[in-house]
Amino acid sequence: MALDRWIALILAGVCLTYGYTAWFTMDGELAPFMQRNPIWPSTFPKVLSVIGLAASLVILLGLEKAKVQKAEIDYRRLTDYHLGQALLLLGLMVAYALCLRPLGFLFSTSAFLILGSFILGERKWLVMLPVSLLATGIVWYLVQQVLGIYLRPLPGFIGG
Amino acid sequence: MLEGLLIGLQTALSFQNLLMVIGGCLIGTFIGMLPGLGPMSIIAIMIPVAISMGDPSAALILLAGVYYGAIFGGSTSSILLNAPGVAGTVASSFDGYPMAKQGKAGKALTIAAIASFAGGSIGALLLMIFAPALSTVALLFHSAEYFALMVVGLSAIAAFAGTGQVAKALMMTTLGLIMATVGEGALFNLPRFTMGIMDLQSGFGFITLAMAMFALPEALFLVLNPKAQAGKGEEIKELRVTRQEAKSIAPVIGRQSLQGFFIGVLPGAGATIASFLGYAVERNIASKEEQSEFGKGSIKGLAAPETANNAACTGSFVPLLTLGIPGSGTTAILLGALIALNVTPGPRLMIDEPQIFWAVIMSMFIGNLVLLVLNLPLIPYIAKVLAIPRNYLIPFILFFTLMGAYIGQNNATELLLLVAFGICATALRFADYPLAPLLIGFILGGMLEDNFSRSMQLYDGIAFIWERPMTLGLLVIAALLVILPSYRNRRARLRAQGVADGD
Repeated sequence: MALDRWIALILAGVCLTYGYTAWFTMDGELAPFMQRNPIWPSTFPKVLSVIGLAASLVILLGLEKAKVQKAEIDYRRLTDYHLGQALLLLGLMVAYALCLRPLGFLFSTSAFLILGSFILGERKWLVMLPVSLLATGIVWYLVQQVLGIYLRPLPGFIGG
Repeated sequence: MLEGLLIGLQTALSFQNLLMVIGGCLIGTFIGMLPGLGPMSIIAIMIPVAISMGDPSAALILLAGVYYGAIFGGSTSSILLNAPGVAGTVASSFDGYPMAKQGKAGKALTIAAIASFAGGSIGALLLMIFAPALSTVALLFHSAEYFALMVVGLSAIAAFAGTGQVAKALMMTTLGLIMATVGEGALFNLPRFTMGIMDLQSGFGFITLAMAMFALPEALFLVLNPKAQAGKGEEIKELRVTRQEAKSIAPVIGRQSLQGFFIGVLPGAGATIASFLGYAVERNIASKEEQSEFGKGSIKGLAAPETANNAACTGSFVPLLTLGIPGSGTTAILLGALIALNVTPGPRLMIDEPQIFWAVIMSMFIGNLVLLVLNLPLIPYIAKVLAIPRNYLIPFILFFTLMGAYIGQNNATELLLLVAFGICATALRFADYPLAPLLIGFILGGMLEDNFSRSMQLYDGIAFIWERPMTLGLLVIAALLVILPSYRNRRARLRAQGVADGD
């Protein structure tokens, strides 16, 4: 089975769960006065779940004849590409999300930028370090000082 | 009117006000380039500055300059990095980014600048002529019509469905609508589908989703397959628009200025719907071979949304200035600024304080002109962004997507959502699902449901569909927009089969 039909199967599952919530569990919590309304919070989701299920079944069963197009990247040969780099970068983004608050903006961001270019194969430390540090400083100054949006600059234990 | 024009020109052309326009445009353009900071937040940030000036015309002129600058700045990140920071420029990335990928970044930015200029100026002209008359039309639109208008906007999915892909486009639109129902709706005050997670109470952030759908998969694709990088350090060539190209986009600009302006006049519709509709309409009326260009770097596909969103921004000033009703988030903030400056917009504004009314209109013309003059020489430098070595460009793109999602909500969970959605979006792209319909569904979903619910309550059922002729008319148009292209496709396929049989 091709990837697009696997995805359609997953989406059908999503629509079923969503539809189950909308059709069977949501209306129970509805306040009595709201039940006189012509429209309930679940009305729109009910309609959506039916449309979504129908569309995913059409794709899943291959009812629509599609022209096979040459994709930009062939997912069947994913290991031929730089998969490791992509996964490492995704991991780095997750790490950044988790570290942003506890370790502060300045440290997390410069580390993210340096490690990011390191993963991609950059080894010129003399360019990498100043560029990352400078960019971090400029963005922090712009967002925090000029725009006034609070970003905790330093790690919590230093008192940032 | 002539007298008013002269008053306006006199106010707008004073040295101080000219500085305001130039400063506003520059600030707007540069901050607007950062994804995550749209016109609304930039104007909100500039309000203290504007109020402290004390002179209402100068303040409004400054804010209008920021507004136009921010919209243009937003288009540059859509075109160069496929990272639309504002809902109104999402449609610009459909064709702008493919153009940049083909090494035509300079041309794409030039077309965007010219289309924005034309849309904004024609819009201002229409505002001048029609403002008083249009205020009554805007009031004719009720929630039933808004609902129908959103449906027309959603029928833009037909424009993204390739041959035999209608089910996929429909699936993605529905998924977007489903995602829009997560969180607390304005009408019911009930959290829905949050799975008990506090952070989902306010729903998914638009910027998070936009970044996850467009910028993140694009960056991952660049990592996976380095050969496909846009520009790739080549000289930025083909900056100029040829005469033939100018000829082909001129009618698009003309039509979309009108259409965009009138959509912008309707409170609540605004630049986003105008740009999607503009894209869909232009694609549907283009000739067969031009149609296949759409989505792959068509200049018409770039000019249409760019013109329409600028014209719509100008149009949204009509209800603000004539009725005192803000039609969008941005104009609502402007209304707040005006009231703080002791000016009450409304039907009396034109009579009581004509110098403010006309100065704003004149500053729109000047703002657009300044934007064009400032930006055209800057374009080669802006396009140089693509010449940054890949090892630095990709971490920075990833960082800006993260920043955009974080600034908007100030919530670290949003960043995890961004990565998770980004991975899903990449998988969807592998399987050839179109991602634009998902985002369109998400953007319009909330408004669609609100207006639908409101009209259901007013009419106690779905009677509003046949009791209001305008609603019915709009819904018929929506149906036609979906059916016509697939009918055309079907006929073309049947004809092709016929030829094959004869062989």
